[in-house]
Amino acid sequence: MAIKLPIYMDNHATTPLDPRVLDAMLPYLRDNFGNAASRSHAFGWAAEKASEDAREQVAALIGASGKEIVWTSGATESDNLALKGAAEFHKDKGNHIVTAQTEHKAVLDTCKRLEKEGFQVTYLPVAEDGRVRPEAVAAALTDKTILVSVMLANNEIGTVNPVNEIGAVVKARGCLFHIDAVQGVGKIPFDVNAARADLVSLSAHKMYGPKGVGALYVRRKPRVRISAQIDGGGHERGMRSGTLNVPGIVGFGVAAEICRRELSVEGPRMLALRERLRQGLQSQISDTFVNGSMEHRLPGNLNISFAFIEGEAMLMALKDVAVSSGSACTSASLEPSYVLRALGVEEEMAHTSIRFGIGRFNTEEEVDFVIDLVARKVKKLREMSPLYEMAQAGIDIKSIQWAAH
Amino acid sequence: MAYSEKVLDHYENPRNVGSLDVNDPNVGTGLVGAPACGDVMKLQLRVNDQGVIEDAKFKTFGCGSAIASSSLATEWIKGMTVDQAMAVKNTQIVEELNLPPVKIHCSVLAEDAIKSAIEDYKKKQGARGGKDQVA
Repeated sequence: MAIKLPIYMDNHATTPLDPRVLDAMLPYLRDNFGNAASRSHAFGWAAEKASEDAREQVAALIGASGKEIVWTSGATESDNLALKGAAEFHKDKGNHIVTAQTEHKAVLDTCKRLEKEGFQVTYLPVAEDGRVRPEAVAAALTDKTILVSVMLANNEIGTVNPVNEIGAVVKARGCLFHIDAVQGVGKIPFDVNAARADLVSLSAHKMYGPKGVGALYVRRKPRVRISAQIDGGGHERGMRSGTLNVPGIVGFGVAAEICRRELSVEGPRMLALRERLRQGLQSQISDTFVNGSMEHRLPGNLNISFAFIEGEAMLMALKDVAVSSGSACTSASLEPSYVLRALGVEEEMAHTSIRFGIGRFNTEEEVDFVIDLVARKVKKLREMSPLYEMAQAGIDIKSIQWAAH
Repeated sequence: MAYSEKVLDHYENPRNVGSLDVNDPNVGTGLVGAPACGDVMKLQLRVNDQGVIEDAKFKTFGCGSAIASSSLATEWIKGMTVDQAMAVKNTQIVEELNLPPVKIHCSVLAEDAIKSAIEDYKKKQGARGGKDQVA
């Protein structure tokens, strides 16, 4: 089969819509356009039923009940609602929040906002493997701690945190536990009860659903209270006002249902493709380093540094493959990835990292194409790299006095 | 990020990639930037008896714009006198390659690389003492 270019291998950024999801959504973009809050006619009833069915489907994927699902516009809103909502509601109990340095910006920037409002936030460092240690969480908890927020899996390096162990630590101290589970749910098994989670952020478009719809799991037993951040008609049991995005919600439900049914088959398939990619690259290219734990990692993730080649130059060379880089040059800030820095990856290696995100629709042929392409481009770019030339000549790059610029 | 056609052309078909003999007294070598910043340029030039740059080579660790800036720099300075090469400004590189503001530092680095290579050449010539200084 001919390979269609460019190849999409950036499934941490977003995933393509599964055609089955689109099919389920279409009726709600055409005839069933009702407002789920309209109680007085069949259009509204159909929309409400669709939303409720989807609630059950999403809940089933994480071992929750439908009543615990609050629809949002996406995971960024879910993270904001969880953190700001919990902080505001429980501020009389304490003002301390614990999170980790490698969290998504939706959590980190929300924490920074809360700091401005008087909350104290501890940003836990991570170990070299990129994971948050439960002991580190335990050590950070104080009598003032109201909330702990730790992600299930990291969006850059795919490392999976021991959330069940962290949950046990957090609940032993009676704090609320929020998990940004966006990257992990649908890719690896996750259960809100095993993790003892109180709040869990989810996104549809990371699991082959549509963009613009997410959810926040809010535990009911025992009931977790948060303050709404968007006021209005009192939708979603007062926790999130706004007319429901019914087509998106229907798509999210079906996407979650497919993930739940196919996870046991899809997980190993993703892992096999990822390992084919990793082994192929590492057997053909010298001086590569995988960033983050290989053992505790999303099956589809490979974050790898190709020494002596700057990441953006690599992305340009890989124009037939959609991937991303932790290089400074790909960001507006000109700083290399804060996640890689938190792992202790040296800046010069952070500049050389490439993130491959394998997903449902990638094939072995695509992986083989990518291996061959990357190997050829690495060779070409290294021939152009003064650092590679020095390394070949036995010069230690660290021994040179570089002028920072 | 969208690249200009000229950046893409230099990136896809870089001019003058390679190395000259660092021990040749007529060769000047400039090494600027830092790996931690994500940019390192090595630019070398060989000057003939008339004080004209007869060859230039580069190797660059950096983004596409950095590679293009150094490739363009070598292309331009070939055939220039040392004085002319000394006068090449980063703004000329920015203009030629249509570099966006976030990539201006790549052109600065290329200018620095030229100057650093020429200084190295002059230092070598000065140390030799014999040859007339054209520059």
